[in-house]
Amino acid sequence: MSLSATTSQTVGPYFKIGLQWLNCDNLVGEGVSGERVTIEGRVFDGDGVPVPDAMLEIWQANAHGKYDHPEDTQDKPLEPGFKGYGRVMVNAEGVFRFTTIKPGPVPGPRGGEQAPHLVVSVFLRGVLRRMVTRIYFPDEPRNGGDFVLNLVDPARRSTLIAKKIAKTIPGGPDALEWNAVLQGPEETVFFDLGL
Amino acid sequence: MRRVAGYRAPDPGTQPSHLHPPYVSSLKRAPTKAAILIPYTLSEVTGPAFGAALVAPQASDLTRQHRGEPLGERIIVSGRVLDENDRPMTNTLVEIWQANAAGRYLHEWDQHQAPLDPNFTGCGQAITDSYGRYRFVTIRPGEYPWRNHDNAWRPAHIHFSVFGPAFATRLVTQMYFPGDPLLPFDPIFNCTADEEARNRLISVFDWQTTIPEQALGYRFDLVLRGRDATPMENDE
Repeated sequence: MSLSATTSQTVGPYFKIGLQWLNCDNLVGEGVSGERVTIEGRVFDGDGVPVPDAMLEIWQANAHGKYDHPEDTQDKPLEPGFKGYGRVMVNAEGVFRFTTIKPGPVPGPRGGEQAPHLVVSVFLRGVLRRMVTRIYFPDEPRNGGDFVLNLVDPARRSTLIAKKIAKTIPGGPDALEWNAVLQGPEETVFFDLGL
Repeated sequence: MRRVAGYRAPDPGTQPSHLHPPYVSSLKRAPTKAAILIPYTLSEVTGPAFGAALVAPQASDLTRQHRGEPLGERIIVSGRVLDENDRPMTNTLVEIWQANAAGRYLHEWDQHQAPLDPNFTGCGQAITDSYGRYRFVTIRPGEYPWRNHDNAWRPAHIHFSVFGPAFATRLVTQMYFPGDPLLPFDPIFNCTADEEARNRLISVFDWQTTIPEQALGYRFDLVLRGRDATPMENDE
């Protein structure tokens, strides 16, 4: 028997009530290996105004390039303190911020290797189904050979690559900025997973 | 690397476009450039799993999260999470949120003239069992006004968030109630072109889960995207 997938609906303005209990802005537990980074940014609407009501979900591999999931059968170690899932909401100033580690490279199409990246879902009022995008890392030589980045018009690739900014804590983790721009010339690249 | 099997594309018209002008908030928020189709990789076919231990038993009974009982009509909302291949989605997290019986959300932005209920938060979670089943006890949410257009009212609804086995299967939707007179006028309910797909968002009144002298039962099944049998061609 074949069913048809349930149609998506917006999270609306009040999603915090049901979803903030699972917020996680620090993906890194005790003893987790890898280069720590904080990633912060905003979600801009078509008027260039940061929205006050957006949620991001993050999914990523650990520093070895291993996903904590049964379908990742690579012979690479899992780390008990790292699940790879994060959920963050923008604050009253429209800013989201989370701490994670830079993931290792993971397998890609045609036997290749993907550059380190996070997959991201963006949810907000006014958006009827989630938007899917990716965050890549700056100064990463593997970006040039990344299959997915190479599907994107070179002029728009930079929307997927976080930028280095001044550290929030001196001596602390590297700080990166990545924004989701919903409309306009700087519009973020979103992906279609057949959806 | 072995091939990665992807997920089926939705049937035409069964998912909303980003831009749906009658829903005014979409005008400045819907991306204007076409999304770029990418092949499935390990990044999209994996995803977070949440163990049953994460969810407290009282999390699925929204009528017992405070000292007293909330006002309103107690209801049972239950169903299964399946995929398009009719397979149960087991051990998956289901999250819900909703307005109280008066149609007011416990949220600082909802200031419309209806009372809050000190005994109702409107937030619940459940993990599906080995048949993909979930069950919530809650109260029937009220309809409420919003400012999308003149004299705009949202039909009664409960927000649902479901993960499924992969990043690709993530779903957020809303469940409606049968016979709600506001449904034909709601731009959010009507954002999906396909009428049958829309109507599947309407729960079904269910005698089987109705508890005598306690609560009416409503059944709402959620279907996540099914696995594509054919691995992506470019993944050889």
